[in-house]
Amino acid sequence: MMERIPILRMGNYLLVTIQVDMHDKLALTLQDDLTARISEVDAKGVLIDISSLEIVDSFIGRTLANIASMARVLDAETVVVGMQPAVAITLVELGMSLPGIRTALNVESGMEYLRDTVGVHEGSDDGIGDSRED
Amino acid sequence: MSKLLGAIQQNRESLLQDWLERLRSAIQRRDLITDQELKNQASEIVALIADVPQGTTLEDFNAAGWQALKAMLANISVSRAAAGFTPSETAIFVLSLKPALFAIARQQPGNNADELFSEVLTANEFVDKLALHTTDSYIHGRDQIIIRQQEEMLELSTPVVTLWDGIVALPLIGTLDSARTQVVMESLLQAIVQTNSKFAIIDITGVPTVDTLVAQHLLKTITAARLMGAECIISGIRPQIAQTIVHLGINLQDVVTKSKLADAFRLALERSGRKVVRLDKPSDGNVVGNRGV
Repeated sequence: MMERIPILRMGNYLLVTIQVDMHDKLALTLQDDLTARISEVDAKGVLIDISSLEIVDSFIGRTLANIASMARVLDAETVVVGMQPAVAITLVELGMSLPGIRTALNVESGMEYLRDTVGVHEGSDDGIGDSRED
Repeated sequence: MSKLLGAIQQNRESLLQDWLERLRSAIQRRDLITDQELKNQASEIVALIADVPQGTTLEDFNAAGWQALKAMLANISVSRAAAGFTPSETAIFVLSLKPALFAIARQQPGNNADELFSEVLTANEFVDKLALHTTDSYIHGRDQIIIRQQEEMLELSTPVVTLWDGIVALPLIGTLDSARTQVVMESLLQAIVQTNSKFAIIDITGVPTVDTLVAQHLLKTITAARLMGAECIISGIRPQIAQTIVHLGINLQDVVTKSKLADAFRLALERSGRKVVRLDKPSDGNVVGNRGV
């Protein structure tokens, strides 16, 4: 059976919680699944929670950056939340400051950010993350 | 082989008395060590020399038989270092054994000048090796103390203080080196997670100089904090440091900098949707304008 990271849908947003150690294949699968899902449900925001991720290498870092860029191309704002101090230090020491990625402290503030930004882009949405099914 | 070791074994009492007398006159810091302690240490060392296993010679200081003596000397030196003796005082403790040994060599009956000379030479080399070993151990003991103090200083020097809900500050004092910056970085990031802070203010008023390395460390910390979802503000940049930063070509374009901690705090409050205002005091006759901040 192939390991997958679940992608949850909350209204206009997609919620990804990484709770296992990321290995390269898993990261690539997530990239495929997430991009497919974004275009499928026409998501406007993606929230990736990596608070349980404790080990990170340059490949995972780059994949995260790639996912964020791809999501933006597909018109979905991406925010990465809950990065652990050790992971942040590692990424910085690897020279990956991930300038294109939006970050937030936890899911709550990440969601708040998505509501604010997506709300601005979507005039009709009033910034409220409603569960309207398209 | 030297007959000196045999002579020491026969005359250990007189040797100890002689040595103790010399020690008493040589050691000036009598407040740091009691007479009894000194006597105990000296008699233990004499015993270790006299009761050395059969076949161990004074000439071969690396022999296994001298291990106990070496360990004893190392212990004494480390405790001397901790007690605050100077290196020479510690060395004199062992070196004053030398004249006592010479006296014993001289008392040996039937020694002609040649024999006496070789005995003295043996005693001389033996005590020198003891003294060198003592000094090595003393320095090792000192190093341990310095390392411990450095670690303690690292812990003391990086307090992260909470200014408000979601705003932490890190007042840096003293020169930043790599080891310290690492601790600073870790404790700041840890505090951000623990207090759930969206804003971190790094105040460098107390940092005397900023070179490229320090600036790079600061930028790394700021980037790491940003990756975790917190925003960093640098405050307390003095005019000279601002000049240095520009002259060195360090790019602080993406970093918010404020001259005072108060300004940085005000900015953090503003960005988190708060405001500090002066309360109106109707009864106050003064014409000080009520300035909302």
